[in-house]
Amino acid sequence: MPTYTLNTPLTDADIEKLRAGDVVLLNGIIYSGRDAAHKKLMDLLDAGKPLPFELKGASIYYVGPSPAPPGRPIGSAGPTTSYRMDAYAPRLHALGLKASIGKGKRSDEVKKAMQEHKAVYFGATGGAGALLSKCITASKVIAFDDLGPEAIREMTVKDFPLLVINDAFGGELYAKPKLDD
Amino acid sequence: MREIKAADITAAVAQMCMSANTKLPADVRKKFEEGHKNETTEAGKEIFRQLLENADLAFETKLPLCQDCGLAIFYVELGEDVFVPGGVNKAITEGMVAGYKDGFLRKSSCDPLTRKNTGDNTPAIIHIDLVPGDKLKISYMAKGGGSENMSRVTMLSPSQGWEGIKKFVVQRVAEAGPNPCPPVILGIGIGGTFEYAPKIAKQALLRKLDDVHPDPKVAAMEEELLTAVNKLGIGPMGLGGSYTCLAVKIALAPCHIASLPLAVNVQCHSARHEEVEF
Ligand code: SF4
Repeated sequence: MPTYTLNTPLTDADIEKLRAGDVVLLNGIIYSGRDAAHKKLMDLLDAGKPLPFELKGASIYYVGPSPAPPGRPIGSAGPTTSYRMDAYAPRLHALGLKASIGKGKRSDEVKKAMQEHKAVYFGATGGAGALLSKCITASKVIAFDDLGPEAIREMTVKDFPLLVINDAFGGELYAKPKLDD
Repeated sequence: MREIKAADITAAVAQMCMSANTKLPADVRKKFEEGHKNETTEAGKEIFRQLLENADLAFETKLPLCQDCGLAIFYVELGEDVFVPGGVNKAITEGMVAGYKDGFLRKSSCDPLTRKNTGDNTPAIIHIDLVPGDKLKISYMAKGGGSENMSRVTMLSPSQGWEGIKKFVVQRVAEAGPNPCPPVILGIGIGGTFEYAPKIAKQALLRKLDDVHPDPKVAAMEEELLTAVNKLGIGPMGLGGSYTCLAVKIALAPCHIASLPLAVNVQCHSARHEEVEF
């Protein structure tokens, strides 16, 4: 299985070499955002206002971490289920979002947007929040503090372990359920 | 009347919330070890390896096993001869709030429409059953949103019978695919009513993964469903493999002659629950 070490922001060249099933160790800055934060990002876009972070080349991690205990940059921080962000992802990909990180299936619209705009969907291991938090070396809230666990955080990651679930060429890693009929 | 102090209940519940979120139950751990050894795909094996490492780390650092510390569900068996000055509901709720705060657990409860977080994980979802005697037993389950969202209730026709039940369950797991963090555990409620089937389905998840249902017929049904679901090949995290489901737990209840209620509660591998007795 090919393994790539990549740095954010991600470029078209980074995305073009990735195929479903590849392992990626991600380094640099990523942004947390889930249901409520996505809704607010859409409101900002609708109002023609700037987003709290640069979307071009960005990676969004669908996560709502648990509170950081004293002496740690963050609490437990595994992925949440991605389909709930399907309604928002195509618009963000069109504006330069290069990667989303979560768990679970994506809609056909999101897969199409990733092919059109050269982007990928990474899977992180769901329910391994304590383990994944080890790769997050810093975290600060940069927007929507009132959302609590759903606020947007700028996170610094070191060798964050990911799998390419959907690549920019229509490839998908998830096993198709074997049904008789 | 036996008096149990509310403060004792509050302290025990707080402790239980913190402990259950950082310590993987032994029976679940055993299944992970078995999966790590026997899973047929390398990707699936690797997931089990990560989950075991995650469990060790959570136990050592007291970071929650999963960032989704769930809504807090409580099943209470309250002896009719027990008296709790101040009230059982209040004592449990205060314990839950303290546990989620002091344990740095995530508060995941919000208004259904405005989506504003309630801030302290309230309300606790408390089911109280009155039982004879002077004992009090409180079981706590942390139920995450990802797996709960994949759960379903349906009203089958009696003519659909066991085959219809099987089909619905397998279809449900197939459609859920990688979303609920497989390998999953299934709580199946068969019978009762529209609201009772899901109650007993979720409650069935309190059973140990390796226990065998006392009724051999039900035990055989659980095995049959487990085999059928694992044939789907979804595997750990949806990456393919033979471990899609770790266990199936069925609860049965008599139902109306016109109905066959069925509830499928999908639980994720992070099956956190504990109990305390007074
Ligand atoms: S489904 Fe379970 S393991 Fe997965 S993120 Fe939700 S609570 Fe955690």
